[in-house]
Amino acid sequence: MDIGQLQAYAYFFFTLLLVFLLYSYIFHLYISERRGTKDYEKYGKLALDDEISSEPLEKNSERVVEK
Amino acid sequence: MGEQSQQTAPIQYDYTVAKMFLVSTILFGIIGMGIGVFIAFELAFPELNNLFGEFGTFSRLRPIHTNGVAFGFTLSGIFATWYYVGQRVLKVSMAESKFLMTVGKLHFWLYFITILLAVVTLLSGLTTSKEYAELEWPLDILVVGFMVLWGISIFGLIGIRRERTLYISIWYYIAAFVAISMLYVFNNMELPTYFVTGMGSIMHSVSWYAGTNDALVQWWYGHNAVAFVFTTPIIAIIYYFLPKESGQAVYSYKLSLLSFWGLMFVYLWAGGHHLIYSTVPDWMQTMGSVFSVVLILPSWGSAINMLLTMKGEWNQLQSNPLIKFMVLASTFYMLSTLEGPIQAIKSVNALAHFTDWIPGHVHDGTLGWVGFMIIAGIYHMTPRVFKKEIYSKKLIEIQFWLQTTGIVLYFSSMWIAGITQGMMWRAVDEYGNLSYSFIDTVEVLHPYYTMRAIGGAFYLVGLFIWAYNIYKTFKCGRELSDKEINVNASPMAS
Repeated sequence: MDIGQLQAYAYFFFTLLLVFLLYSYIFHLYISERRGTKDYEKYGKLALDDEISSEPLEKNSERVVEK
Repeated sequence: MGEQSQQTAPIQYDYTVAKMFLVSTILFGIIGMGIGVFIAFELAFPELNNLFGEFGTFSRLRPIHTNGVAFGFTLSGIFATWYYVGQRVLKVSMAESKFLMTVGKLHFWLYFITILLAVVTLLSGLTTSKEYAELEWPLDILVVGFMVLWGISIFGLIGIRRERTLYISIWYYIAAFVAISMLYVFNNMELPTYFVTGMGSIMHSVSWYAGTNDALVQWWYGHNAVAFVFTTPIIAIIYYFLPKESGQAVYSYKLSLLSFWGLMFVYLWAGGHHLIYSTVPDWMQTMGSVFSVVLILPSWGSAINMLLTMKGEWNQLQSNPLIKFMVLASTFYMLSTLEGPIQAIKSVNALAHFTDWIPGHVHDGTLGWVGFMIIAGIYHMTPRVFKKEIYSKKLIEIQFWLQTTGIVLYFSSMWIAGITQGMMWRAVDEYGNLSYSFIDTVEVLHPYYTMRAIGGAFYLVGLFIWAYNIYKTFKCGRELSDKEINVNASPMAS
């Protein structure tokens, strides 16, 4: 197999792999929402409800503060 | 240590550092764009080059313009919004950590001194001659210094956050930090010649890379300076300020995540399009082209997400001038991210490369997208950080229309100039001789160069209006109560 052929196979393989990864990620986003394990859209509220006095959407339990 | 107990006085966001960067955004914006307009007039009327001896020539001033707007105006705007948005979406105040407050102030002063020194050294003719990386080695060390401080500030604030999830804007700021740091260090690997030879200027250095390798690293850096100074952090800005100002949550959070990873993966490979038909290997040129075209997808993913955020609320476009700025900014983002890939196609590049179409493309992105978003972001911040009502809505409207006209004049003249130039350079007679000499193209381009300079001047006047409006807000804007500040649409007097 010469270098040109090798490049062609590698090109084909990586194209398939990247398309697979992209669609897997989209699938992962949607399936996690459908199964109820994650609600991505609620994070949109982080920009709107951003007063320091307002309740965090998800509290950071590992919060460490320098005194 | 666990959750810090609430003190008797309620904690408030501390905008001290945000305010400092707000001022430097305006200052460097005026300097950088003022010089830009001046050198645009120099191109149209070359005798202006002789006004100030060596200090007034196009070649001396052009790096001050590019560095001034990219690393002065834009970086200041990015830092100003970071010290504002970062606290708010993480729900933590800078006042809660003396350490982070000190880091923030140090970050500002080191940055401010570096940019001032950049202006002085470039004006003195001290340059590495690498485009957008002209600063000499001592300044590069200072740049690394303030970037490290920014990194400490980002991850420090994340470390003490109350909100567990990092809002999408934070991801974009992190990406900007990581990528700028990496790119800057690698492209500016240089050897100060004095320490090797024991003679010459102590400021002088040579790149570690040579020839084609230097060009490759340079444009890997150069194009990603566009990606991670002019795109990624500006997306961070719009993802916060447009939803906040309009009161509408981002249209699709999932799309914002998908676009983020898409952009991160694709952008870093696109720099090769700057070297089409050069000495770099052909496959690299093709790769640069292909990745540039693919780049349309994640770019438009973000832009469409922003426009759809306004779904059902388009009436705000009429009533709120800041929404006008932001919607037009995302539209210009779409325009320039379509235009860029078109220019990266090899056959188009054969015509477009080295012509004025390229600065035309750069400026509809920088003036329309970057400039408008920073202007709108700073306007949104102003009443919150100074607790005063914006001085004049009418002035914002005037600024918007003046600057929009300026941008249209800029890019339309450069489209015509660029394509005219490209066609004239390629034209041959029936014997294969060039039909035009270089000076023929220069003469033909004169009216378009004048038009471009006037367009730039319009934009600059708008910038002065912006500065004046913010100054008047600070000086004599109506004081606002907390209740009046904690709203979505920015309070502004008519």
